[in-house]
Amino acid sequence: MRRVVVTGIGLVTPLGCGREVVWERLLAGRSGLGKIEHFETDDLACKIAGLVPRTDGRGGGREGDAGVFDPDSVMSARDRRRVDDFILYGIAAADEALADSGWEPQTEEDKHRAGVMIGSGIGGLETTYNASVDLHEKGPRRLSPFIIPAMLINLVSGQVSIRHGLKGPNHAVVTACSTGAHAIGDAARLVSRGDADVMVAGGAEATVCRLGIAGFIACKALSTGFNDTPEAASRPYDKDRDGFVMGEGAGIVVLEEYEHAKARGAKIYAEVKGYGLSGDAYHITAPAEDGDGGFRSMSAALKDAGLQPGDIDYVNAHGTSTPLGDEIELRAVERLFGNHADGLVMSSTKSAVGHLLGAAGAIEGIFSILAIRDGVCPPTLNLDNPSVETDINLAPKAAVKKPVKAALSNSFGFGGTNASVVFVAAE
Amino acid sequence: MSDVLERVTKIVIEHLDVDAEKVTEKASFIDDLGADSLDNVELVMAFEEEFDIEIPDDAAEHIQTVGDAVKFISEKVG
Repeated sequence: MRRVVVTGIGLVTPLGCGREVVWERLLAGRSGLGKIEHFETDDLACKIAGLVPRTDGRGGGREGDAGVFDPDSVMSARDRRRVDDFILYGIAAADEALADSGWEPQTEEDKHRAGVMIGSGIGGLETTYNASVDLHEKGPRRLSPFIIPAMLINLVSGQVSIRHGLKGPNHAVVTACSTGAHAIGDAARLVSRGDADVMVAGGAEATVCRLGIAGFIACKALSTGFNDTPEAASRPYDKDRDGFVMGEGAGIVVLEEYEHAKARGAKIYAEVKGYGLSGDAYHITAPAEDGDGGFRSMSAALKDAGLQPGDIDYVNAHGTSTPLGDEIELRAVERLFGNHADGLVMSSTKSAVGHLLGAAGAIEGIFSILAIRDGVCPPTLNLDNPSVETDINLAPKAAVKKPVKAALSNSFGFGGTNASVVFVAAE
Repeated sequence: MSDVLERVTKIVIEHLDVDAEKVTEKASFIDDLGADSLDNVELVMAFEEEFDIEIPDDAAEHIQTVGDAVKFISEKVG
């Protein structure tokens, strides 16, 4: 069996851009959530989000700030007309991940053996919305020829492949909030199976627009009670939680076959050791109350990894801060870990960055990898009063230092789609 | 004519992000100015909007250079 390791990381998040800046802020307990100011929110019950801080002022960014996202550094204004923001974030994170890996294809054979699998939960929602308004107001002859390539989900993979000359498998996952985890898991399988030696994988999302916010309000998923205190709004496991806060950004990893990475002396962050998938077959938006879907995806990932529950030191939870979901996942983890729940650390980093939907599983996989690298588990912010008792250490409000040899990252999506990925320290 | 040329040139510079000196009448959008087929579609739309005219698809296919555009538009706006 070919082993798969992580050799590059790229992050664009509400806590900023760049692996170390984001990680440092996450461990320090900083929040990336704030008020939405780039569109009208007066008539929206939710007025907050996790926005990427940008040099154009969006998300509270300013030129010169550490970790600020500079759209001009990624693409010219001309080329940006061809991409929705989710693609822009995905390209930027892929650039960082590839640069971090120190690998670029040199030969035609290298190119054929390297692919891309970057997904998105929703894709170019704002582009689609704006185009619909144009179509309605101005008619079909005024529609830009770039609308379709700007909003298609697989165009992150397409753009990244064009930019870096990656001619291997070109694929894109669309499984709502499980997208990022599925992308890493599926891409690892392609490498393991021999379809490619290198895969650039992850998720990207940018749905903080009126349609995105209004749509999630309509299905009662968003927090609406913390508009004046956005930093306190995402509070997984806390008794006052009232929904998730939408985030945006991208998380991308470079996955590489172990011998390929070793042969070139690459820095190896971790090994992708196990991957499990399941379906709830229950409801379009609500998680099954018995948590069995999550239980089975975690069990499958452990089995795939050849590990026992007691081998896992850290769980990065799906934990979105919705009233229903958090406890269902917690119970499923308790059920799986049994006696090992005591001493297990599980946190939800959505407390700091919000829920990045299709990018969530990718950035949370990356946080799990960095937890292994540094021996520290990121905190669950705002966890003042847990709504239930548990033996699991939910890392309330402060990072927990402990050696992490193996970490498990959970992602569960609308439609009842579950993915769990196990990362272990590379030997 | 010169007014049309000036306005066409401005649109081309803006949309294709090219240096002004490259935008001569003989310059081909695709061969000289780095445009692709989708850019051409967008350019034609921008000309339509700027000059408040309609450029039918068969005519648009023949607009390959800055000069082609200026000629067609000048005839239209007369």
